[in-house]
Amino acid sequence: MKLIRIQSNGARESSPGWPAALNPRLDRRSFLRAAGLGVGLAAAAGPSLVREVEAAEEKVEVPQFEQHKTICGNCAVGCGFIGEVQDGVWVAQEPWFEHPINLGSLCSKGAAAREHVISEKRLRYPMKLEGGQWKRISWDQAMSEIVAKLQAIREKYGPDALMILGSAHHTNETAYALRKFAAFWGSNNIDHQARICHSTTVAGLANVWGYGAMTNSMNDIRNSRSILIIGENVCTSHPIAMQHILTAKEVNRAQVIVVDPRFSKTAAFANQFVRIRSGTDVAFIYGLIYLILKNGWEDKKMLTERTYGFEYLVEEVAKFDPDTVEDITGVPKRELERVAKTLADNRPGTVIWAMGGTQHTNGTSITRSYCALQLVLGNMGVPGGGTNVFRGHDNVQGATDLGVLSNTLPGYYGLGAGAWKHWANVWGVDYEWLKSRFKDEKMMQKVGFTVARWYEGVLLDPKELGQDVNIHAAIYWGHSSNCQSQMDRVKRALEKVDLLVDIDPFVTTTAILPDRQDGVYILPAATVYEQWGTVTNSNRDIQWRNRIVSPVWEARTDLAILLELAERLGFKDDFTKNARGSWKGVPKSLKGVKELPEETIASIIGEWNLGMRTIGMTGQTYERLKRQQEWAHVFDVKTKKAVGGPVDGEQWGLPWPCWTEKHPGTHILYRIDIPVSEGGMGFRARWGTTAPDGQTLLAAEGSAPVGSSINGGYPELPDWKTDLTGKVFEEALAKGLAPYGNGRARFNAWNIPEDPVPRHREPIHSPRPDLVEKWPTYEDVKDHFRVPTLYKSIQKADWVKEYPIILSSGRQVEFEGGGNSERACWWLVELQPEMYVEIHPKLAHDHGIKHGDWVWIESPEDLDGRPSRIKVRAKVTKRVSPDMVYLPFHWGGVFEGKSLAHKYPAGYVPYGLGESANTVTNYGYDRVTQMQETKTGLCRIRKA
Amino acid sequence: MAKTQVTIPFREAGGPQLKHAPARLKFYVDVKRCIECGGCEVACKNENNIPPGIARIRVVTINEGEPGETNVAVPCMHCSKAPCVAVCPVDALFHRPDGIVHVNKETCIGCGYCLYACPFGAPQFPESSPFGARGVMDKCTYCAGGPEVPFSERERRLYGSNRIAEGKLPMCASVCATKALVAGDAEEVANVVRQRMAARGSGGGAWGWETAYR
Repeated sequence: MKLIRIQSNGARESSPGWPAALNPRLDRRSFLRAAGLGVGLAAAAGPSLVREVEAAEEKVEVPQFEQHKTICGNCAVGCGFIGEVQDGVWVAQEPWFEHPINLGSLCSKGAAAREHVISEKRLRYPMKLEGGQWKRISWDQAMSEIVAKLQAIREKYGPDALMILGSAHHTNETAYALRKFAAFWGSNNIDHQARICHSTTVAGLANVWGYGAMTNSMNDIRNSRSILIIGENVCTSHPIAMQHILTAKEVNRAQVIVVDPRFSKTAAFANQFVRIRSGTDVAFIYGLIYLILKNGWEDKKMLTERTYGFEYLVEEVAKFDPDTVEDITGVPKRELERVAKTLADNRPGTVIWAMGGTQHTNGTSITRSYCALQLVLGNMGVPGGGTNVFRGHDNVQGATDLGVLSNTLPGYYGLGAGAWKHWANVWGVDYEWLKSRFKDEKMMQKVGFTVARWYEGVLLDPKELGQDVNIHAAIYWGHSSNCQSQMDRVKRALEKVDLLVDIDPFVTTTAILPDRQDGVYILPAATVYEQWGTVTNSNRDIQWRNRIVSPVWEARTDLAILLELAERLGFKDDFTKNARGSWKGVPKSLKGVKELPEETIASIIGEWNLGMRTIGMTGQTYERLKRQQEWAHVFDVKTKKAVGGPVDGEQWGLPWPCWTEKHPGTHILYRIDIPVSEGGMGFRARWGTTAPDGQTLLAAEGSAPVGSSINGGYPELPDWKTDLTGKVFEEALAKGLAPYGNGRARFNAWNIPEDPVPRHREPIHSPRPDLVEKWPTYEDVKDHFRVPTLYKSIQKADWVKEYPIILSSGRQVEFEGGGNSERACWWLVELQPEMYVEIHPKLAHDHGIKHGDWVWIESPEDLDGRPSRIKVRAKVTKRVSPDMVYLPFHWGGVFEGKSLAHKYPAGYVPYGLGESANTVTNYGYDRVTQMQETKTGLCRIRKA
Repeated sequence: MAKTQVTIPFREAGGPQLKHAPARLKFYVDVKRCIECGGCEVACKNENNIPPGIARIRVVTINEGEPGETNVAVPCMHCSKAPCVAVCPVDALFHRPDGIVHVNKETCIGCGYCLYACPFGAPQFPESSPFGARGVMDKCTYCAGGPEVPFSERERRLYGSNRIAEGKLPMCASVCATKALVAGDAEEVANVVRQRMAARGSGGGAWGWETAYR
């Protein structure tokens, strides 16, 4: 809001490129810095060397600013930095050297944090599309119109006609409140980016050993002796994690092995680089396990005492001798052998993956195969080992934990009656009342639409859907539509809904993509730096994020907007209370309220502390998190453990499970060499005590956490998920027991459809039709997350004849997700001004394409009888292999060769516009979670 | 904390000001660590309010996409025998006592000789184009402001921030993602580099081993 004065020169509206208003901003800041110093300008007249030296010796006062420690709002590494504020204006950033994860470091995105707030392109006030024109409206008008329309839609079609697309950039408190809001609204049609980011990891890992999260930590990689990075480009996606990886490489001589279809930036730092055909990860991993077993390198103790179903794995792995693996993956036998030996010789080793492993039709199999490798090598539950899943957004782990998903309530409780009763209990509302908000009990327990396919709920006939009405309203809340594959279909859905609301700090592609005349509202939200709250980074560390400045312009915090919606929908009072009382600091009316005080945030933390028992988000109180921030300097970088001070013994971020307010948090999951009270635990006994084949699912005698009163496996403790008093946890800890039992990791997850044991399956658009017969995809599914999902009927063998080139996508270091924020930051766009396609010189030359040429990329996705296509510049590079092209996915604002700049409200065109990769990414969705298959598609290219 | 983690000398750790000999401030770019994340470039813009088109530091990649790919962050290296200082016809470029090469923008005529002389392409010319007017030269100040009263408005307007006068190191090195860009007194920087080389060890996989005795 203080920035208004600077912007008042109107330069922004008139300047198409870099606005002239930068200089006024500079003036403002320099004025602020000099203010109050009492240094006369005359003193600086006629400067020279002598003058300069004299000046330096003058007694000058170092300018002082308010300092606010905060957490970066980009990727999930969770870096800290300090924001410097003067008179309510964010004037500078300082490194936070004591922060245990990043030690002061930032990448380009983090270094540009300030510009997210001060950017000229910030959405200043609510707007609505009227007669094809954007018109400024007041918050009051916006909210009353939106709510009236929502209520009309609800009355006519029922609660399931609304889709809420939540955000991984929301704080834990907002994410939690948003899920609660959907429950109070009466629909499970709520989802967020985790669906298209790591949903297959969450489902995969949870089905192997209980929790679907990164098991170790970024810092713990310093303990590794081998580091297998597969389907992840750390240098680009999680730059600060490289600090720990390079330290392991330099100090431990850790072997860094990068497995990727593309010679990525990270590959340049590897000891071994293995080029793999995209989507063949299971075959590659099984090839490694095949050699490990053949040579007797497996960890027999781990396999016999702590796992179930090894024989099923062995049976499947037997198919993957090195020759077969070479045929499927393209990895030469010699390289496979070298990697297997390296991993066996250098333990503990960690496996790191991201979207290269997850975004496949068999993503849930791929992630489980990585787990299988780590179990076979005995790398689980040890420092330096584990599955280090690098998640995408700053709070994607938290938003996942807090259930902004269509298939679960907060805490992975699912949607069963028991889950609803637990949360009704926590919220202090009547279960019957909650039920009455839904269409019926069946819809209350039925998984909703996903981010990946919600648009089918708009476009398909209701007869084909898993609900009897279409979706008529969509709320995009901190979410980019250009992240979803088949963007032409997304576009059509955005055109067809009655009401489209986009809540974001910037004008996003969602708002401008559809060709429509009205019915679109854009509401200015605060950035992550303008709201208080907690965020959970990739390795489950929960960190307190300070607000740096109040929301600028007319922006409001997500929570304020949400509570006003609740108020206008008539359930605010029930919404802001729980079993322990009402939230503190909530004003009587939210109308016109910009932000809620810190005490409200503290109340919400208290509420999730109360309910999130399954994953032990119970001991991270507001007070503890704030205290940790203050005492960041006492945490050891390698162990993340505090040495001395009031936080002595605590783990940084109190990573879950942190069972009680005395528990230090769990740095490394499934560790049995330390007591439960210090963060030890076995694998989760989640599936009962006996498998369907009669084998035990409890850990063997002798393998329990140190100090356990039961020296072996044991089932879940009674009521541990629903006891709100905390007694179960305390008694368990006193006896050295993990509340969730001590079970076995499963190689055979019998509950997973078609693939109880992970299987290699050719991508739907396979470049190797000869392999499709032997390794086919799944059977079609009629109702999967309320949409029909096709597999075999699409996997025709002749795609490759017309579309011979593999299409893959990925990140650029300067941007994130749909890039709507970062492309509105000049500092970042200046470094990366243009969308491009990476093409190998051979492929380029064969098509008569030169570096810098415009290229059409066409995909098998049908758009009104012709292939959907994008027009981008060619970047000719040997990074990619000659059989593939690679697209960064952050771009938007250009659709099929045509700029959409004219569709933005005047003056809000981002600095960076480009074709969205997802216009051409192919159909294909994971069998378990609906993850989109964007890493392995097909396309053809031609010179434009 | 493990010893190897101290890669940037702390300002509290007794920096150059405690020594008898004058400091000589230097950058060092660890090419085995630079990952081209662009943190230094953006941090510089953020800290110094750099106008568009100016890059006081930039990251250059060599052999992109091929084995041996290497990234190097290139700020002004503040050479001890600085060619730019030698060629400047109006003596606008000069060494501070701590070795930082400064340009006096009041004196500079924007002739561009320094650009010919500089091995690193450090001098920048605001509002320049290949055939346009060059204006006055701008370059990395080592976050030490310029020949003006520290923290004055004039200093900020002409040169940017003055972290050195605040007892802080340049912003680019302070935020470097992998601590590849190291800044500080030459002696301290040398210590950091020595520690790293020692940790990297000798034998297989050691840094530089494959070329050292060729």
